[in-house]
Amino acid sequence: MPTKKIVLLAAWLLPTAALAAGGVPLDDAGTDIHNDASLQRGARNFVNYCLGCHSAQYMRWNRMAEDLGIPEEDLQQSLMFTGGKPFDPMKSAMPRADSERWFGKAPPDLSLIARSRGVDYIYTFLRSYYADPSRPTGVNNLVLANTAMPHVLAHLQGVPQPKIELVTAEGGVTEQHVTGLLPGAPGELSTEEYDEFVRDTVNFLDYVGEPVKAERQKMGVWVVMFLVVFWLLAWLLKREYWKDIR
Amino acid sequence: MANGTTSGSAPAGGRMQELLGWVDARFPLTRMWEEQWGKYYAPKNLNNWYLFGSLSLFVLVLQIVSGIFLTMNYKPAAAEAFGSVEYIMRDVEWGWLLRYLHSTGASAFFLVVYLHMFRAMLYGSYRKPRELLWIVGMLIYLVLMGEAFFGYLLPWGNMSYWGAQVIVSLFGTLPVIGGGLVEWIRGDFYISDITLNRFFALHVIALPLVLVFLVAAHLLALHETGSNNPDGVEIKKKKDKDGNPLDGIHSHPYYTVKDLMGLAFFLVPFCAVVFFSPELGGLFLEAPNFEPANPMQTPEHIAPVWYFTPFYAMLRAVPAFFGTQVWGVLVMGGAIVLLFFLPWLDRSPVKSIRYRGPVYKVALALFVVWFVILGYCGLRPAVEPFKTLSVVGTIYYFAFFLLMPWYTRLDSYKPEPERVTYHAH
Repeated sequence: MPTKKIVLLAAWLLPTAALAAGGVPLDDAGTDIHNDASLQRGARNFVNYCLGCHSAQYMRWNRMAEDLGIPEEDLQQSLMFTGGKPFDPMKSAMPRADSERWFGKAPPDLSLIARSRGVDYIYTFLRSYYADPSRPTGVNNLVLANTAMPHVLAHLQGVPQPKIELVTAEGGVTEQHVTGLLPGAPGELSTEEYDEFVRDTVNFLDYVGEPVKAERQKMGVWVVMFLVVFWLLAWLLKREYWKDIR
Repeated sequence: MANGTTSGSAPAGGRMQELLGWVDARFPLTRMWEEQWGKYYAPKNLNNWYLFGSLSLFVLVLQIVSGIFLTMNYKPAAAEAFGSVEYIMRDVEWGWLLRYLHSTGASAFFLVVYLHMFRAMLYGSYRKPRELLWIVGMLIYLVLMGEAFFGYLLPWGNMSYWGAQVIVSLFGTLPVIGGGLVEWIRGDFYISDITLNRFFALHVIALPLVLVFLVAAHLLALHETGSNNPDGVEIKKKKDKDGNPLDGIHSHPYYTVKDLMGLAFFLVPFCAVVFFSPELGGLFLEAPNFEPANPMQTPEHIAPVWYFTPFYAMLRAVPAFFGTQVWGVLVMGGAIVLLFFLPWLDRSPVKSIRYRGPVYKVALALFVVWFVILGYCGLRPAVEPFKTLSVVGTIYYFAFFLLMPWYTRLDSYKPEPERVTYHAH
């Protein structure tokens, strides 16, 4: 059976992803695509902390600036550090070959990450790092075990310690499981401030996933209202004609 | 209005009449219009279940028009397809609307077609003399499934890729020819650029052509036999002195305005989905399809889009015998083939649910329940309780059709009225 083969293949290829999906409950990101201030802060966070390694290749700089109400002057001066034309896509300056050598795999493009994984996933992921000396990056993640991504926000959040519990598995073998996070080395931001920082960033990624989203929702209100009126008129018209039928 | 005689038309109308006369002498324009719609006698008691036919036609036109514009901006190549869809979403003026109309339209097409088919089951619309009408409709459904399947690969997302992989490999279970057949369909040893290219050709030209032809045949057949109605009695049996059905009314303007009302009603939820939730929680557009096709990495859980899942559940419900999974494929195919024979499986003396006995009413209600359950099971991973539910649902589905000749004949029934029942508003 091909389906079964594929499922087996999936289980073999993706042990980490499967664990993440089954393991940690995701927190509600609470993002708001209509909050321009949050999106602007998110854009700043993204450029400062993500764009070094990750691209958003389907997002153009000037489209982003226009949608978020950032003047083109500010865009050039404070966001586009590496130069380029305003209509260029938001691409990372990091050479792909280097990143593959450094991290084992190239950091994924983030244009559609909010659509493929969901905002709650990213929000929880960025708040689920913990210290793990056995990893080359010194950290591990509750959502995506053994992630290749270092904790780039460590100086903001600090590095939480893992909460380890002993679990007796089938067959009487006792295993160590990371079941949660404990406060570790503190960072520059309080927990609330850090959550807000991540929320803004995830909100921006949601925008990047579908730049027209906020606009189409606003438009949709008018479209649906128009259609309800149209339906009412069409119904009255029908009733008028059908008066003839006995 | 009712008499349809408008006198004293403007001089421009006279000019138009002249032009129409010129055309009619050379092409049967007026005759076609009057036979097919304008003076076509439809039963006056058609209820709202009868709106789904015109809605299907509307969605077909919507898909063709939005599809044409999508084709202008889409690139059918493995390296470019995914990016070109994002280009449509971001850089093409109103491209996002075209794409969402088309993706929501695909699901809406199946929804209205399923309701249209269920209407036929409620009122026995497939019964004599409308067997061919039903069969042409079934062919439309079959082609529509192919159209949806080929179109689903085009965005070249990861679910597109693996969905196509799973469905195409079903043909590989056929004995002897299976392996060769799969290679022939793909045109390659795996789902590749070549497969994408041919699926594109089938999706944008081959199947739409067949679809439009079949829809025309469906409408011609309908207007030949005349529409059935919720009472399941033939309006042609009772005619006035001019030979027109007593219970028939001209489609235009009566059903023109009623279908317009139906369209407006349909567009409210349709546009709500397009503008507020085009993914519909992953039911219309799945999250893994926002990642480009990756032959090295399967999505966590592969499931077809909702309109295929009842049959997908049947496929998974059948275990392997004699070391082959072909039985599941045969059951799935058989579930579709059975529908073609519906006109001959139903032996009830009456057509409409209104005059049928309790056995058929219960059987049909359970059929709907189990079809929906099967659809839900097909969306979920093959674990309990979905496995057991799928098996029971599959058995019920087949029993409903295969036992139909007996239970419809033995079931009690009420006498049909002489003429249709209609309460003026």
